[in-house]
Amino acid sequence: MCWILLLLSIWAFVSFGCGILLAPWLNNFTLPGTMYPLGFWFAQQGSIYIFVILIFVYVLLMNRLDRKYGVKEA
Amino acid sequence: MDVQAWTFLLVGLSFALYIGVAILSRASSTGEFYVAGKGVSPIANGLATAADWMSAASFIGMAGLIAFDGMDGSVYLMGWTGGYVLLALLLAPYLRKFGKFTVPDFIGDRYGSQAARLVAIICAIFVSFTYIAGQMKGVGVVFSRFLEVEIHWGVIIGMVLVFFYAVLGGMKGITYTQVAQYCVLIFAYTIPAVFLAFMVTGNPVPQLALGSTDEGGIGLLQKLDGMLTDLGFKNYTEYHKNTLDIVCITAALMLGTAGLPHVIIRFFTVKRVRDARSSAGWALLFIAVLYTTAPAIAVFARTNLLATVPGTAHVDQPGWFKTWEDVGLIKWNDLDGDGIVTHVGKSHPTMANELVIDKDIMVLANPEIAGLPDWVIALVAAGGLAAALSTAAGLLMVISSAVSHDLVKRTFRPNISERGELLAARIAASVAVICAGLLGIWPPGFVTQVVAFAFGLAASSFFPAILLGIFWKRFNVAGAVSGMLCGIIFTAAYIIWFKYFDPNRSIEGPNPNWWFGISPEGIGTLGMLLNFVVAIPVALLTPPPSREIQDLVEHIRTPA
Repeated sequence: MCWILLLLSIWAFVSFGCGILLAPWLNNFTLPGTMYPLGFWFAQQGSIYIFVILIFVYVLLMNRLDRKYGVKEA
Repeated sequence: MDVQAWTFLLVGLSFALYIGVAILSRASSTGEFYVAGKGVSPIANGLATAADWMSAASFIGMAGLIAFDGMDGSVYLMGWTGGYVLLALLLAPYLRKFGKFTVPDFIGDRYGSQAARLVAIICAIFVSFTYIAGQMKGVGVVFSRFLEVEIHWGVIIGMVLVFFYAVLGGMKGITYTQVAQYCVLIFAYTIPAVFLAFMVTGNPVPQLALGSTDEGGIGLLQKLDGMLTDLGFKNYTEYHKNTLDIVCITAALMLGTAGLPHVIIRFFTVKRVRDARSSAGWALLFIAVLYTTAPAIAVFARTNLLATVPGTAHVDQPGWFKTWEDVGLIKWNDLDGDGIVTHVGKSHPTMANELVIDKDIMVLANPEIAGLPDWVIALVAAGGLAAALSTAAGLLMVISSAVSHDLVKRTFRPNISERGELLAARIAASVAVICAGLLGIWPPGFVTQVVAFAFGLAASSFFPAILLGIFWKRFNVAGAVSGMLCGIIFTAAYIIWFKYFDPNRSIEGPNPNWWFGISPEGIGTLGMLLNFVVAIPVALLTPPPSREIQDLVEHIRTPA
């Protein structure tokens, strides 16, 4: 449950945080190695990549928990 | 071969592929018809979910919206992907564990109430029909523009095809045709973007090209910002809408995504709970391929448009300009009578804008604007059809199962035989196809507005009812029904008032009467909060649900 809350806070931070509320400030910087203004990158690219990673991290965590508690599905 | 011949060839081949797949995967039981026998592998389900989710709006409309809205268009990118995180972490595995066929099934059984089931059935059918009308219209537009077939014939061809695989194959047929449709649509979407990215920057990956420089060494985004501000438009990389509205729209789209029945239903088709988790990940990965390419297409399209159209005489405009002008999606009004197309923003000091471009044409026109080969243009048409048809089929499934399973089997005729229910499902699907086609041929004027309604409704009704139903054992039918009703009535009233009755409804841009500056698109977020605020105290003040229901919740929450 803690893990889920942590993953959800990252979810909210990258989208509502970096992608919206902090975006005007982050736009003063560019993503290193590219010409992307950082706030723009979070809003239109980065948040989506991070969403995908979050789900796969969740999948790995849950599969590990299943193994730890010996849960087997048919 | 010209564009039209290529289009006939590619669209014909893709249709033959879908029909072939459909024949190989016919459904023979209700389990196969509703949930593909719960035997779909996570990757196949991810592919099917992605095709199911990405509609005509995502394929045809989204990049155009972003091209014109710039940073403000980010709400669609984050909103329509972020919901999958909620779905994967909070809903999908638990609903799969519950192990039934439909969303109204969950609502009805979890709250032990036929009334709650009925509300859920009505919401599911309403949301799905709203959506389907848009898909069928998309099919018609692609046919009429690329194959010069009348719109209604385009819709009828689409209907026959969907009828064939949805009615015969049910969820099983739909799933495997959606896998094929994903491949067609993603190929069609990315190929033009790869061409353009390579032409402009020398880097074929659109996501990387967007953040790099052109041959002159200027960043693409910086260049577009410069072009826009020179012409008096708002710059591209900053928000111009009210921040609270941006937050609310993004949240409403995310929560709506997580509550839409045609998305949720896909997670009932996998074998195990762990497969439900991983297929959400695969689905978002496959969706992300298109959603991260869209911003690149948007920038290429807007830059190309600004580089070729403004300041050129109307007689010298390229062929695509005239084709789209003929169908009325580009409008030019020579205000100063100089024969030159002036395209400038509101804040341009001297000139007035003479050009209105329908945002929806950007993706379809983009390959032509950039002068890409004919077969690429044809491929985009086939991709648009794949996107529209795959989504329409998924929605038909929701409607048919809501009628045959929830209404006939679970409400009116519990003793109906397996064969009888399967027949009912097929009849319901057939009727739904015909209604969808009619809605596509004669779309009610409010179609585009009701999409906001569909998301608002899903966010303010299904999402809280499902979430609290899973995570709070003590939550009961009184709380669920009062919360859903308050959420829906509030959201619907706000949308209807500001779309049809408010004295300022016709002004462009933000309406000063909106509460806290929140547009109707974002009001679902407030509706959802209201739902929670009403549902929780009501549940605490009324008796807890029965022992059996509490055990059911316990069961859903325990792994395996």
